[in-house]
Amino acid sequence: MTIREVSVSAYREALPVLTLSAVGGLFAGVVLGGMEEELRVIPGLLVLVPALLATRGNVYGSLGARLGSGLHQGLVEPRFSVGDRRVNAAVAAALANGILISVLAAVMAYALLSVLARSVAPLSTLVAIALIAGVLSGLLLTAAVVGVVFVGYRRGVNPDTLAGPVVTTTGDVVGIATMLFAARLVLSLGVGGA
Amino acid sequence: MPSAWTVRSITRAMLPVLVVLTAIELGSGLVLDTFEGTLLRYPSLLVLVPVTIGMAGNLGSILAARLSTAFHLGLLTFDPTDDQLAGNAVATVGLAVTVFPFVGAGAWLLQWLLSEPALAFGTVVLVALTSGVALAVLAVLVTLTATYAAYHFELDPDDVVIPVVTNVCDVLGVLVLFGAVRLFV
Repeated sequence: MTIREVSVSAYREALPVLTLSAVGGLFAGVVLGGMEEELRVIPGLLVLVPALLATRGNVYGSLGARLGSGLHQGLVEPRFSVGDRRVNAAVAAALANGILISVLAAVMAYALLSVLARSVAPLSTLVAIALIAGVLSGLLLTAAVVGVVFVGYRRGVNPDTLAGPVVTTTGDVVGIATMLFAARLVLSLGVGGA
Repeated sequence: MPSAWTVRSITRAMLPVLVVLTAIELGSGLVLDTFEGTLLRYPSLLVLVPVTIGMAGNLGSILAARLSTAFHLGLLTFDPTDDQLAGNAVATVGLAVTVFPFVGAGAWLLQWLLSEPALAFGTVVLVALTSGVALAVLAVLVTLTATYAAYHFELDPDDVVIPVVTNVCDVLGVLVLFGAVRLFV
């Protein structure tokens, strides 16, 4: 193939996925824009945004890839039942890792900002927000990934091409929306503020 | 690849990588913290943050996946005139030039629908387009370096390159956005 052919085919293949994820990213941005007040009141929250969003993509993207490989290899049946040990283990591992790493990100962000003598909300505030957002986004994204991968597979769509775009588009929106919800909840309980 | 499906083995494979990636992402969080004042003054820029980060990671990961497949099929050589290499690099820049002006316009439009935008339409589109083109070039460089390193150390590019490229591009996304904002706002 010539350079021109390679670039045209790569461009055509990627454009729909990129457009879809741009739309998802813009919606996430609108939610972040609406978080202005919380970002002002809780110093350090903005530091967590990239880490928490990336965690959603890394953890639940890998869950989707794992389920996709499992379906291809015949290790997993595309059925929604509570008895499948492999699916249960994959989901439990994703949730455990996702929640653990969210809390760890809050602790690391707090330590980093304290060392740099920048203003930062109390550790308990950041950890509470990361924990609540981690649990909620974990449950929502697990449902989305398992649902889309299984239903897609049963309808004959390759789960490998499906899981990626689903996680990138829903991950950012769900990630930021759950952060906003968690921040408002923690503030309303009176734990917040610097 | 036969892998065990237990919570323990999945965690053992995943958690160390996640800790390193989270540390990298906190770096970009720190950059955001540094220009928090500007972001809160101009919410259209705040709207651009997740989409710029996400698109940077996507451009990098799509390129990485394609190069990795070409590599596995034995179609890739590390030569600037290689058709796979050059073709995919050109496509990455082309995609950025196509999508980022719409991203900027979308961010301005959504902010305009929700409240009074503080920045001109042209400024937001210019910030998005400049960030996008710079990011595409950086994504190509990072992906090539990571793919070449994986090849050199005889690692499977599928395991290493995609997570590294996605997260490094996330950080670069914030840095480039910061640069574009300093330049035009």
